[in-house]
This record gives sequence, structure tokens and C-alpha cells, in this order.
Amino acid sequence: MYSFKDITDGIDSILHLFLNDTFATLAELILAGLALIGAYAVLALTLIYAERKICAAFQCRIGPSRTGKWGVFQTVADMIKILFKELIRLDHNDRFLFRVAPFIVIIASMCTFAALPFAKNLHAIDFNMGVFYLIAVSSLGVIGILLAGWSSNSKYTMIGAMRSGAQLISYEISAGLSLLAVVILSGTMKISEIVEQQSEMWFIFRGHVPAIIAFFTYIIAGHAETNRGPFDLPEAESELTAGYHTEYSGIQFGFYYLAEYLNMFIVAAIAAVMFFGGWMPLHVSGWDGFNYIMDCIPSFIWFFGKTFACVFIALWVRWSFPRLRIDQLLNFEWKILMPICLINIILMSLIVVF
Amino acid sequence: MNEFIKYTVNIAKGLHMLCSGMYITMLNMIRPKITEQYPENRGKKTYFENFRGELVMPHNENNEHKCTACGICMMNCPNGTIQIVTSVLTDETGKNKKALDRYVYDLGSCIFCALCTSSCPQGAIQWTNAFEHAVYTKDKLKKQLNREGSTLMTKNRQ
Repeated sequence: MYSFKDITDGIDSILHLFLNDTFATLAELILAGLALIGAYAVLALTLIYAERKICAAFQCRIGPSRTGKWGVFQTVADMIKILFKELIRLDHNDRFLFRVAPFIVIIASMCTFAALPFAKNLHAIDFNMGVFYLIAVSSLGVIGILLAGWSSNSKYTMIGAMRSGAQLISYEISAGLSLLAVVILSGTMKISEIVEQQSEMWFIFRGHVPAIIAFFTYIIAGHAETNRGPFDLPEAESELTAGYHTEYSGIQFGFYYLAEYLNMFIVAAIAAVMFFGGWMPLHVSGWDGFNYIMDCIPSFIWFFGKTFACVFIALWVRWSFPRLRIDQLLNFEWKILMPICLINIILMSLIVVF
Repeated sequence: MNEFIKYTVNIAKGLHMLCSGMYITMLNMIRPKITEQYPENRGKKTYFENFRGELVMPHNENNEHKCTACGICMMNCPNGTIQIVTSVLTDETGKNKKALDRYVYDLGSCIFCALCTSSCPQGAIQWTNAFEHAVYTKDKLKKQLNREGSTLMTKNRQ
């Protein structure tokens, strides 16, 4: 199943049998939304399970192993538990913003998630400035984090939210600039076209040194954006108990948890799309037999394989390095990462021009 | 210029250190895992020889033990864990001799100091690695170490 075109076209024609054009489009939108929400939840459970297993491996442990074979149902059990937990009401806080904040975080994460190309012809939001859209909506989440920190009326959440704001605003620049290098190379911001252009060779191999530098800077900036890895200052548990979501409980906390893991997935997926060709199999021009074998592997396996490889890098980094101090974090961004990104863009432009 | 060289050298050094750190964590990742899966590995795992789990009195195939009921272990025990109940027997030469009746060991109050085993002149008691001591009532922790009808091991048989 290399392409999903048959399935999507089939659903489209079936809907047009029963409904007129407007309602068919509406039904398709709703179906796509439901599918995305379902995929979001399933992916979150998978990611949490993978994280727990891989963390355990890094610490010479086994990890969850009791619930089902190899503990595969552990995260499902955790999810059921978190759904039944009490939502604790706080006194002296801004109740409306407190309720709204988790939704903003998860909506921002959902919007970014919807714009990813999961497989050939399986791409919900695709328009001519897709990369710009991705960068724009993925940084909306910080509003939710800031609101959570403010509305909880607690010093831990406030400091966590402020750190998160400073961190996200700084690292957004590096992430954007490193994606800009790829945009210069491809000459388009449309995600489907970026993927299509990598049918000959992935950008990380085609883009010479600047693409590799851009990949590493993007991975670093992406970790910082998702508040993970050595950059988890906003929720530094030894200093701030849990950072911006200290006062949340039950499914409200669950939303932050889900959004955190899905943001990790989204960053890895964007890295996979921009540098490793998304769902595009590994093609070497001239080797027709090799290309044919690579085409036999379904496109969604390529996409998820690449993405999970990037997720693995995120976890590897997370368990390798100690947490940075806030001044070190900002120094790193403004004095090292951003200059490298700017020089990289110049290099990339030179390579594209000549 | 000098500053710029310092800056680049600094970045290169940092990268090198990050890579060596990630190399070490990767080594840990692929190392065999040390977690013990307890109920599954029951009976398969060997413990350290000197791990003190429970006091036992070994008996041979004739249901004989080495305890002469001298009471040194009872006197050495810091918190009265060991109670030795003796009876006096008269042997064929007419001499009165103490014989072990019951050797009562209270696991609940034992602090595993091993003063009893190290002071025993006969080597009659020793430690095993058994560690599954959980019971529902405290009385079950009181154990009689000598078996029913057991006698003292005679010298020539040894």
C-alpha cells in the first residue's frame, strides 16, 4: 500500500453518492478531524510507552513489563486512570484562564499535527506556505503555557511559564532559520512539494554541509521548543516541582502531558519531512532495482520510521545531558546557535546560487 | 580574530564532549539489563553466599544435628531471639547430660548479627539465603529449628 489515494478517493465518492457537495465536504472535514484526533491519542500512547521503555534501556532497566506482554497496555491503563482522576478546584486563581490554558496548548499541538504528511496522499492541511504555517502554529502553545503559569497563582508555575516563554521565543528563531535553509534549497514552502523534490535524494544528502548543520541546529532548537531534553527548565522538577502545570490535575494535566509528547513527535516529524524526505523512500538515481525495492515498503512506514528515529535521538539526548541553567540556555541560543544558523543560511544560498 | 578562534575552538570542544557523553549513554543502552524480575526468577537466582536470610540447623540423613545445647548462642544473642529448651538425660555411665529439646528461633526479633553462628563451638547452626519471610501472623515467625525426634550426632558417626 504505497499510496492512500484509492482509500481517500473511495470515501469521497461514497460521500458524494449520498450528499451534495457542501455536505460531502463538511463530512470529509469532520472525518479527517476525527481521524486526526484518533491518531493523536494513539500516537501519544505509543510515544509514552516508547519513552518509558527507551528511558529504562538507557538506565539499564526493563521498564513497564507487567501490564500485558512487555507492558504494552501500561499507557492505556495510565490513560484510564488519568481520565477518572479528580479535577481539583483552586481558590484565588483566575478560573476561566485556568480552564482555557490546557485547551490552547493542545489545540496548537493539534493544528501542527494536522499539517504533517503521514503518507503518500494522506495529508490533511497542505497549502503553499506550509512550513510557515507549521512554525506559526507550533509556537502558539506557549500562550497556553504562559496562561497556565499566570492563572494558577503560584510562584512555581509563574517561574516555569516565564522560563518557557523566554526559551521558546529564543529557540523559535533558530528553528525557523534552520528550516529556512531547507526552504532556500527546495525553493518552496509547500510541504507536499518539499517531499516530492526529495524523490531523487533526501535533502540531508543533497544539501551538502549546510543541510547537515541545519538538521542539527533544528534538532537542538526543536528540543528546546518542546521543553524536553536538557532544556526542560520550565518543568525542572527539582527546582519548580512541575513548572507551569504544578497546579493541574486529572485530564487537565493529561492535556499538557499529551501535548508535550506530541510536540516531541511533531518536531521529529518536521525534521523527518524537511531533511529525510517524509514518506519518500530512499531513492538513488540510476539504481532502478534498489529504488523498486524501496518503493515496496509502504510510505507510512517510511514516515513513521524516520520520525521515530528522530524521536529516539531526542530521548538519547535527554538521558545524556544534564539540565542547563537559564542563563546558559539563553547564551547558547543567542551566542552560538543563532550565529551558526545565520552563517548556514548564507552558505546554503551560496550553494544554491552556484 | 583571536576571540573568534577561541569561540570556534570552544564550540568544537563542546561538540566533542557532547558526542562522548552520548557515546557513553549508548553503551549503557545496549548493555544487558540488570533488573531482576522477581516472581519469574524465583529459584533461578543465586544470591551471595554470606547473605543472611534465615537461621537453620542442618540435619543429616539419620535426623541428627550437631547442637549440644550448650546455650552459648542463646547467651550471645543480643535480643533474646534464641530460646533453648533442654532436658536432662542420664546416659549408661550414670552421668547427667543436657540434651536439646527444642531450639526456638524468633525470626521477628532477629537482627541478623550472626553472633550465634560465629560463637557456636559445634557449627550446629548456619545461615541460608531464604528471604521470603512474609506471614500473616507474628506467631508463624517463631520457628523450631531442630526437627521432631532428632538426636545429637555421635562422634564416631561423623
